[in-house]
Amino acid sequence: MEKLKYERPVIKKLITGFTNKFGSQSKNEAVTHIESVNVNELIGKYGSPLFVLSERQIRRNYQNATRIFRTRYPKVQFAWSYKTNYLNAVCRVFHQEGSWAEVVSGFEYDKAIANGVPGNKIIFNGPDKKDEELIRAARNNSLIHIDHFDELYTLIKLSDEYQLKPLVAIRVNMDTGIYPKWDRFGFNFENGQAWNAITRILNSENLNLVGLHCHIGTFMLTTSAYAIAANKLCELAWSLKVKHNKTIQYLDLGGGFPSTNTLKGSYLPGTDTVPSIDQFADAITDVILNYGFKQEDLPLLILETGRALIDDAGYLLGTVLANKRLSDGRRATILDFGVNSLFTSFWYEHKVSPAQESGQHTEETILYGPLCMNIDVIRENITLPLLQKGDRLVVHKVGAYNMTQWMQFITLRPNVVMIDKDNNTHVIRNAETREYIESAELIPPHLTNA
Amino acid sequence: MRLKKNIATSEAGFIFNPGTGDSYSSNPIGSEILSHLKEDIDRKELIDLICSKYDVDRIQFEKDIDDFISQLTDNNLLDD
Ligand SMILES: Cc1ncc(COP(=O)(O)O)c(C=O)c1O
Repeated sequence: MEKLKYERPVIKKLITGFTNKFGSQSKNEAVTHIESVNVNELIGKYGSPLFVLSERQIRRNYQNATRIFRTRYPKVQFAWSYKTNYLNAVCRVFHQEGSWAEVVSGFEYDKAIANGVPGNKIIFNGPDKKDEELIRAARNNSLIHIDHFDELYTLIKLSDEYQLKPLVAIRVNMDTGIYPKWDRFGFNFENGQAWNAITRILNSENLNLVGLHCHIGTFMLTTSAYAIAANKLCELAWSLKVKHNKTIQYLDLGGGFPSTNTLKGSYLPGTDTVPSIDQFADAITDVILNYGFKQEDLPLLILETGRALIDDAGYLLGTVLANKRLSDGRRATILDFGVNSLFTSFWYEHKVSPAQESGQHTEETILYGPLCMNIDVIRENITLPLLQKGDRLVVHKVGAYNMTQWMQFITLRPNVVMIDKDNNTHVIRNAETREYIESAELIPPHLTNA
Repeated sequence: MRLKKNIATSEAGFIFNPGTGDSYSSNPIGSEILSHLKEDIDRKELIDLICSKYDVDRIQFEKDIDDFISQLTDNNLLDD
């Protein structure tokens, strides 16, 4: 006799009169495929856990965002924010689509050059630029965004010494009504510091002020903050024109648009609460278009959008290692990936789906990673079908900041594959090996035969 | 092992404890096990029964039944 399909026996206490916080999203449809590629086959071939990126989704996101801005404003340029995901294959997809590069370190700068980005299409941000990096960026005609006065004076000195004519912008910080204020980067608008920096640049012999930059925060939930930021940058550009007859070439509004992930502690899923890119685009372009610039003086609008362009193109596949019951009776599920791989579980309540069909019954569980430490929690409370050891899970919207902020802790980082537009899979970063990790280590002679 | 006498169960998986007023739901295999527990049955018999009928690894089921029984115990549904 053929045996019946098994499911783990469970009982669940019925609580009447309450709907739980997760009630509205406890639909647990199995996600068996990423694009058209089967999850089990992916894991069978490349191991578990496994990061998967959809090239098609990255391109769709990029084309969608550029279309939204370009239908509202004549001159728009995106610059891929390397720190969001600097796997070279990912960067190259963005560059193929026409994106410039936005980098914040010499390491990222070198990556952009190696990815074939012309020097004059690299924006060099951040407070940490070494002298030799500044010299190289200036020689390559990269756009150097000055963060503080020490950097400004260093660049003036280097330009004299090495006969450089660097193209520069300043990063401006400002009150956009957002708390906490991001005032540690750049020059402050309200107290006149930004204008002082601008004047100092204009008085320098060699520095050429071409742009104004701000990055007002990340995962921003109000469009009005961008309208305020655009307005303040326009005010500086306008004063430059009026007082110094200097036309600024570009305004760079930075990144910060949210993805549709759900921030920890929010009651509604991100898909319901997050403004669309259209709304951000309206807020920004309305201000610039109506500020009073002559048509031919309209600055190029640069955007350094990161997470909103890649989060939903990334997935993390994993496997259930064990089920447990905690001392208070709650169920816990241990997975084969933890916060070492999924760094963003510190910020987000990531959507997690089973990768196989399961019965109607669900239970609340805590999702733990395999690390031997208390903070290794993927979801503090999630309703999932009854999972067994060996079952597969799919974590959604993990494309941003994980493949750069992941930690090599206790175990090795897994394979990363990209599914191209014809549904072929390519490993774009090999799973690490012990040899790889130890290749940078040295053993002092007196310990060699320990 | 045996379910308390006064516990009401339905085939659809609804369980009611008139002593406390608490109600529960279970999945089909859960209610099947509960129906076996209406008669005194020992752990091994129960495991034999289920494993002969369902496609499950014996060790897996032993873990699952122990967890299930502990939930019944925690909720005061079994005779002491
Ligand atoms: C200067 C700068 N630009 C762009 C970004 C990308 O931000 P987001 O991913 O929020 O769009 C960041 C991220 O911190 C940044 O620091």
